[in-house]
Amino acid sequence: MYAYDEIDRTLVNERVSEFRDQVKRRLSGELTEDEFKMLRLQNGVYLQLHAYMFRVAIPYGTLASNQLRQLAHVARKYDRGYGHFTTRQNIQFNWIKLAELPDALADLAEVGIHAMQTSGNNMRNVTSDQWAGVAPGEIEDPRIWSELIRQHTTLHPEFSFLPRKFKIAITASDHDRAAIKIHDIGLRLIKNEKGETGFEVLVGGGLGRTPFIAKTIKHFVHGRDILSYIEAILRVYNQYGRRDNIYKARIKILVHELGIEKFSREVEDEWQHIRNSSLQIDDEVIEDIRSRFTYPAYEKLPHMPDELRQAAADPGFEAWRKNSVAPHKNQGYSIVTISLKPIGAPPGDATAEQMDALADLADKYSFGEIRVGHEQNLALPHVAKRDLPALWKALDKLGLATPNVNLITDIIACPGLDYCSLANARSIPIAQELTRRFSNHELANLIGRLHINISGCINACGHHHVGHIGILGVEKNGEEVYQITIGGRADENAALGNLIGPGVKFDEVADVVEDIVEAYLALRERPEELFMDTVKRLGVEPFKERVYATR
Amino acid sequence: MPLVNGGKIVDDSFAKLAVDTPLPAGGDILVPAERFLSEREALLARGGKVGVIWPNNRDISELAPHLEKLAAVALVFPTFRDGRAYSQARLLRERYNYRGELRATGQVLRDQFVFMLRAGFDSFEVKKQADAEAFMQTAKRYSVFYQPTGDGRVTALHRRMQLRHSEGVGT
Repeated sequence: MYAYDEIDRTLVNERVSEFRDQVKRRLSGELTEDEFKMLRLQNGVYLQLHAYMFRVAIPYGTLASNQLRQLAHVARKYDRGYGHFTTRQNIQFNWIKLAELPDALADLAEVGIHAMQTSGNNMRNVTSDQWAGVAPGEIEDPRIWSELIRQHTTLHPEFSFLPRKFKIAITASDHDRAAIKIHDIGLRLIKNEKGETGFEVLVGGGLGRTPFIAKTIKHFVHGRDILSYIEAILRVYNQYGRRDNIYKARIKILVHELGIEKFSREVEDEWQHIRNSSLQIDDEVIEDIRSRFTYPAYEKLPHMPDELRQAAADPGFEAWRKNSVAPHKNQGYSIVTISLKPIGAPPGDATAEQMDALADLADKYSFGEIRVGHEQNLALPHVAKRDLPALWKALDKLGLATPNVNLITDIIACPGLDYCSLANARSIPIAQELTRRFSNHELANLIGRLHINISGCINACGHHHVGHIGILGVEKNGEEVYQITIGGRADENAALGNLIGPGVKFDEVADVVEDIVEAYLALRERPEELFMDTVKRLGVEPFKERVYATR
Repeated sequence: MPLVNGGKIVDDSFAKLAVDTPLPAGGDILVPAERFLSEREALLARGGKVGVIWPNNRDISELAPHLEKLAAVALVFPTFRDGRAYSQARLLRERYNYRGELRATGQVLRDQFVFMLRAGFDSFEVKKQADAEAFMQTAKRYSVFYQPTGDGRVTALHRRMQLRHSEGVGT
């Protein structure tokens, strides 16, 4: 956990006062809605279909139990008793009243949480691997660098009015859980031949109406230079990014139009001017940030405790353990993913009661720490293996032990037309129906790893392009129509999915997905061949044939 | 439109000339970029101060050779959403060491003041009277800054280092 110091706390409190003043001026009419819009967006406040939506930052997906309790408190006091975890490690509240927002922010500030730059055309919440610091084989904890970048990007005087939003993600593992290749800047933490920490820097990834996978702009930027290098990218983007068309304003379009070679030359020129400036970070600065991350005092525990051996007789426990429990870098501990995808419910939602209970469980079993992943699930990052059976029982009671992590019912979905003013189609009811179709755990397990991502409009908040099966809702002649892609992925081998054919109607979507899955089960060479691999081997054609043969 | 300079509302000594406004005999003038570049000699030969209005889509490095002769540079925010002039301002101050008046023009509103000050602006053509009157108060909204810019404010990282050393941490 990163502990705020007085400096961080002061800034967050000053931001709350500023926003309180801005809301006051809006309510008195001193600010027009047009003027206020930008200001509220810089603080995570959207106007949705029914009410204001409030998006709170969970930097690099790390939460302390007291912070989760405070999120529960906000859900209860200012909203309707629940929150929605998003694909960028944020949480959203959907029913906030404008006049109460400053108080909600002040409550959050008490525990070091803020909503700065969770929307608007600025540098957004820095995201990272939800298993950072605990994943086996990780090079080093990427959150140290995430925090450094979080601070640097917060209220940046030059880059708070960019052509469009700007997202940075960091990973330090071979397996990319942070989806860095679909970010404006993706950072892969690596070591050079001297053993020094640095980053492979990728740029220009993003989804939306013109999706791109990020390209490598520099193979190694030394850690001490990372802020100046990011600043150089941003400075080039701020000056040359398109501002004439909102759909062409992301950095991916600039990179695409200039070409990665020309773009990287521009960045290199700019960087040479600023790399030897006060942006250079010395080791002491890094050590100072590192010193404010605390790590649990792990015990020496057996790899296979008796409690685990005994619980293995319970098939319910075993199904959950095999699905939701991952290896930890320390012997005797596990990382437990908590599925926020119960059958028939909106993906990523948690009630205030669940959040409170989870905070208690984190205190009891995970050194008070909770993580949020971009797949809209939570995790307890340091659970002693001997505690797994007790934890499972407690989670099960809370409806938080659905053993479907990474399975077909672990769906990513945006809020869609049920909440969002940008949406053209519903997302949540599609997800709910799909979870019911595949509610049989044996069937889901037989299918194996398969990610379905659903967006209710072209803006792609549900990351449909990179779903193994992607579903995009559009509007055609006043009707919701869904386009289906297959073969996308968001990991280290990120790829965009391919369309399988003409769009289908709302009530056909689940049937089509069933057809695709049946085709896969029939086509796979062996049970271990994952859906992704079958699509890669055979292409879209056999799936297309299957789906459209009878339609 | 009130002008804030040095934290106070002041009279604007500069007259803004269009591309084709006849040149006044005396007084301080602020002229568009293309007029400055094409009539530079004649403009600078006059008695009054000369400033230039530089658009936000033109490379600021073009202006660099002339900065010593300029009393003011006015950068433009066509809307407050368009942040290009923040980069231009920092380049002028931090790369080209421009020390004259750096003026923010266009849609300049209260909630940009802190960003603008940090980017190096010291003069503001403020859209609303109430915002101009609230300048000093607004400028003091923040006491903590994470990024180093040319404005010389001590950054959070730097302050932490000072604290560490004064507490003898790491020694």
